[in-house]
Amino acid sequence: MLSSPFITRTLSVDRIMLRVLYALLPGIALYVWYFGPAILVSIALAVTAALATEALMLKLRDRPLRPFLSDYSALLTGVLIALSIPPLAPWWLPVVGTAFAIAVAKHLYGGLGSNPFNPAMIGYAVLIISFPHEMTHWLSPQDMGHSALSLGQQLHYIFTSTLPAGMQLDALTMSTPLDTLKTQLHLGMTVSDIRDLPIYGRLAGKGSEMVAAGFALGGIYLLIARIIPWQLPLAFLGTLFALSGVFNLIDPAHYAPPLFHWFSGAAMIGAFFILTDPITSPTTAKGRILFGMGAGLLTFLIRAYGGFPDGVAFATILMNMCVPLIDAWTQPKVFGKKGSKR
Amino acid sequence: MIKLRSFHGGVHPPTHKKESTQSPIMAAPLPAQLIIPFRQHAGEAAKPVVQVGERVLKGQLIGEPVGPISSSVHAPTSGTITAIELQQIAHPSALPDLCATLVSDGLEEWGVRQTLSYRQLSSDELQKHLRRCGIVGLGGAVFPSDMKLRHPTVVNTLVINGAECEPYITCDDMLMRERAEGIVRGIEILRHALGTDAVLIGIEDNKPQAITAMQRAVDESSHPFKVVAVPTLYPGGSAKHLIKVLTGVEVPSGKLPTDVGVQCYNVATAYAAHRAVEHGEPLVSRIVTVTGNVEQPRNYEALIGTPFSELVELSVAKADTNRYIMGGPMMGVELPAVNVPLVKASNCVIAASDVLFPPPPPAMPCIRCTRCAQACPVELQPQELYWFAKSHNFGKAQEYDLFDCIECGACAYVCPSSIPLVQYYRYAKSEIRARDHEKRAADLARERHEFRQFRIEREKQEKAERLAQKERAAAEAKAKAAATATVIATPVDPSADTDDTQQMRIDAALARAKEQAATTPPKNTETLSPAQRAEIEAIEERRAHIHELAADAGADDEPPKHSQGN
Amino acid sequence: MITALWIMIALAALLGMILGYASIRFRVEGNPLAEKIDAVLPQTQCGQCGYPGCKPYADAIAKGEADINLCPPGGEEGIHKLAELLGVEFKPFGEDAQPKPKAVAFIDEQICIGCTLCIQACPVDAIAGAAKQMHTIITSECTGCELCVPPCPVDCISMLPIEEKLTNWKWRYPVFELRQTS
Repeated sequence: MLSSPFITRTLSVDRIMLRVLYALLPGIALYVWYFGPAILVSIALAVTAALATEALMLKLRDRPLRPFLSDYSALLTGVLIALSIPPLAPWWLPVVGTAFAIAVAKHLYGGLGSNPFNPAMIGYAVLIISFPHEMTHWLSPQDMGHSALSLGQQLHYIFTSTLPAGMQLDALTMSTPLDTLKTQLHLGMTVSDIRDLPIYGRLAGKGSEMVAAGFALGGIYLLIARIIPWQLPLAFLGTLFALSGVFNLIDPAHYAPPLFHWFSGAAMIGAFFILTDPITSPTTAKGRILFGMGAGLLTFLIRAYGGFPDGVAFATILMNMCVPLIDAWTQPKVFGKKGSKR
Repeated sequence: MIKLRSFHGGVHPPTHKKESTQSPIMAAPLPAQLIIPFRQHAGEAAKPVVQVGERVLKGQLIGEPVGPISSSVHAPTSGTITAIELQQIAHPSALPDLCATLVSDGLEEWGVRQTLSYRQLSSDELQKHLRRCGIVGLGGAVFPSDMKLRHPTVVNTLVINGAECEPYITCDDMLMRERAEGIVRGIEILRHALGTDAVLIGIEDNKPQAITAMQRAVDESSHPFKVVAVPTLYPGGSAKHLIKVLTGVEVPSGKLPTDVGVQCYNVATAYAAHRAVEHGEPLVSRIVTVTGNVEQPRNYEALIGTPFSELVELSVAKADTNRYIMGGPMMGVELPAVNVPLVKASNCVIAASDVLFPPPPPAMPCIRCTRCAQACPVELQPQELYWFAKSHNFGKAQEYDLFDCIECGACAYVCPSSIPLVQYYRYAKSEIRARDHEKRAADLARERHEFRQFRIEREKQEKAERLAQKERAAAEAKAKAAATATVIATPVDPSADTDDTQQMRIDAALARAKEQAATTPPKNTETLSPAQRAEIEAIEERRAHIHELAADAGADDEPPKHSQGN
Repeated sequence: MITALWIMIALAALLGMILGYASIRFRVEGNPLAEKIDAVLPQTQCGQCGYPGCKPYADAIAKGEADINLCPPGGEEGIHKLAELLGVEFKPFGEDAQPKPKAVAFIDEQICIGCTLCIQACPVDAIAGAAKQMHTIITSECTGCELCVPPCPVDCISMLPIEEKLTNWKWRYPVFELRQTS
């Protein structure tokens, strides 16, 4: 016999995930607008790989396929991985990253709800460590005067890794704005000189700053719809802003301004879509603030001093590790125990 | 105006209260047969004080309270008790409990109704009267009302709970609309017994008519009670939460409201207190909402013990009704059968169908979204409790304040994974209670075993000592005898008894015992009440019957019982 | 070199003295492990483990002489607890030592001849009665060990399983397992 309550509010896991996917749409649309449709191919590849791996793992683990395939969680992981790797990459790059994310980072830890690390970020980390070369060829914005590839040519490259005769991959791609910043700083340039380079726009990278703004827009929708808690993005972006602001004030020649940090790399998508993964983030309000602050601090440190151009992925993974501890530390007092010690 | 506070969490389920407030309270027709459980209140079940076949009058005591936390049970109408036996009751276990079956004679003949003028009475006398009248909390917890008047500390605020936060239920709403005057009189009686000054009547703001009616009744009575509209938010009707909203005081965990100077009664309880004191009527009926999947949802005034099936028939359940819920959809219990009786706790019965309450989809894994924690009015971390309960990690669950959970169901209501959270907590709670019980039993057993071993050891030692003493004495006697053999021929030392004489003594004692057993055994029944004597006789009768059956049992008539005494 | 040696020796001596003092000063009476084990055991004192009571069994486990799966009244959970306490692997019950539902002894008072044999057998003194007088079980103190059953010369003692009543009813574990349906 069932026990009470007999009624439920109908906001199920799949609807939550679906809303997160909707919230990614403005960012993806701007991505296509500025960098061409290759990203869609890479999303399609990653999503297919995600669903196939999910189905295979569910089968192996003797779990029903339908409820888990239709919860959109694997799909979301695929989309997030596709968005964090270069769009014009050989087909196996998103496939390998996604398959690893789903099979190892998610299912080997017990599947939906049990994975300690954000699968998309594990997938990204594996790719950037294993295939650093492929992971650095990012498409230049379409309006930068390069002879852009047609969709057919891009597909041809993605699946066969060959470009039309006379074209060089380096001519079509560039390193990311964060990467360029780091390299040029090493070469002795100042931040303001670097930002005069043609790949930079008003705030950060040309095109990519707008994509980041698109993700921020989606994120604000999620906040308003109360799909994600406000503490995480606020603490993360706030910490990143404060740290980069202080360093920029002290030494503007060597430290990029806060808004540059906000709109570069994975800061926005990280703040609203990756750190806010409920499974791998703390459950308490205080814990979320700590988690967001920690991730902001680590992101800034990795960006400023680390070996990788962007730090969101590693910051996320490192903070994921601290979640059980943070949760245990920040348990709130219950009703009627406010004045007492636990 | 008083300043209202808020509590953490809460949910806004669709209220569905309009359906059953369209028509006034109707007196349900007298059923042909009533089934009255003896356990209708928190605490010990009442003890039957009537015999099968006895004619009882309406309001006659049929079950008397046992122990401090208990209450009385009365005959809801006049008629004949036809059975006192185990019957199915409204309980999630579907297990039977002791009930009296009363076949009504249709006369509704009242027994003696003792009315009181409460102003001259002390709190003690009022407590006794409420206990005698079987008044218990009608909000759902059915805690004996007299116990709530007994408090060691000063109570300065009386909170009257008319919040009725659960969806579908409207019995308190309708009671306030139609019988506000009686409620106010009842509140004054409780206020008098508690000796408080301030009275706050909290009513959720989705019941404007009830608020108006209560305000008018208060104005007319010229008592300085305050009727306060509180925001509609489930579970705002939980006593501790209503107290928080109205007074800003948070009742500490594990403490009673009286510990912080507040007491809380439900409006229906206040009304019942009024009927008991000023009309001498024990609690034999209550208002119950019949709603949900029925043609005519409304409120009935029904006698305790009325089978739910009769009420459902009156309201005409729709064809696709497949189950019934007692209470609201958030905290109610599914009835094991629709013919179980109405009890004092029954505020509502909902006819349910799969359309009205769709069965939940299969539970998905928890994704730690903490919507439950945001909804929890006790500020628990329901997801943590769920993991601990799921993995039988009861110690951890207790550490995370499992027992502060009020099982309001807000967490399960918002859970996107459709996890039956409350059921996990109930499971964990009852397991922990059972384990505590087992632990106590084991400790007792250990203690008794150790004592037994100590006793055996002591007896052995004593025996050895006695033996040694005897040997010493014998040796001495021998020496003496040898020394004085010529003087005395036969020694008369009692310690030097031979084995033969000892055996003779034992035989004599046994013969005496037999003789004693053969004569009428002492009954020790002089000081017992007639009821107890009747009970003993009944037992003796049964025993004799078994004795006849066990023809080959060669035992004598029962000798007096004798405890081993340790 | 020599100094270092001396220092080490002095240090060793000092630490040894501290340890020696601590072992005397903070000496724990009795065998704490056996007591912890005893706390886990159900105290039925039934002897099904082959030892004359729970304490002797606990002592035997503590000494490593007895297995942890010999106590049927403790149930599988008891073995789990012992395994956790001792840091060893869980071991299922053997064929001949399966747990039974909890029960209490019941004396048919019409058959009882008052021989006191069961009283002598009861490990927790849960039987009241005296010679040639009818005996009765103090139900609340009976551990269900069954030790009183064999000595009875007239077979008047039976074990009644404890029925589920309203007062001891427990909420069930919610069963919602997601499994491959095809």
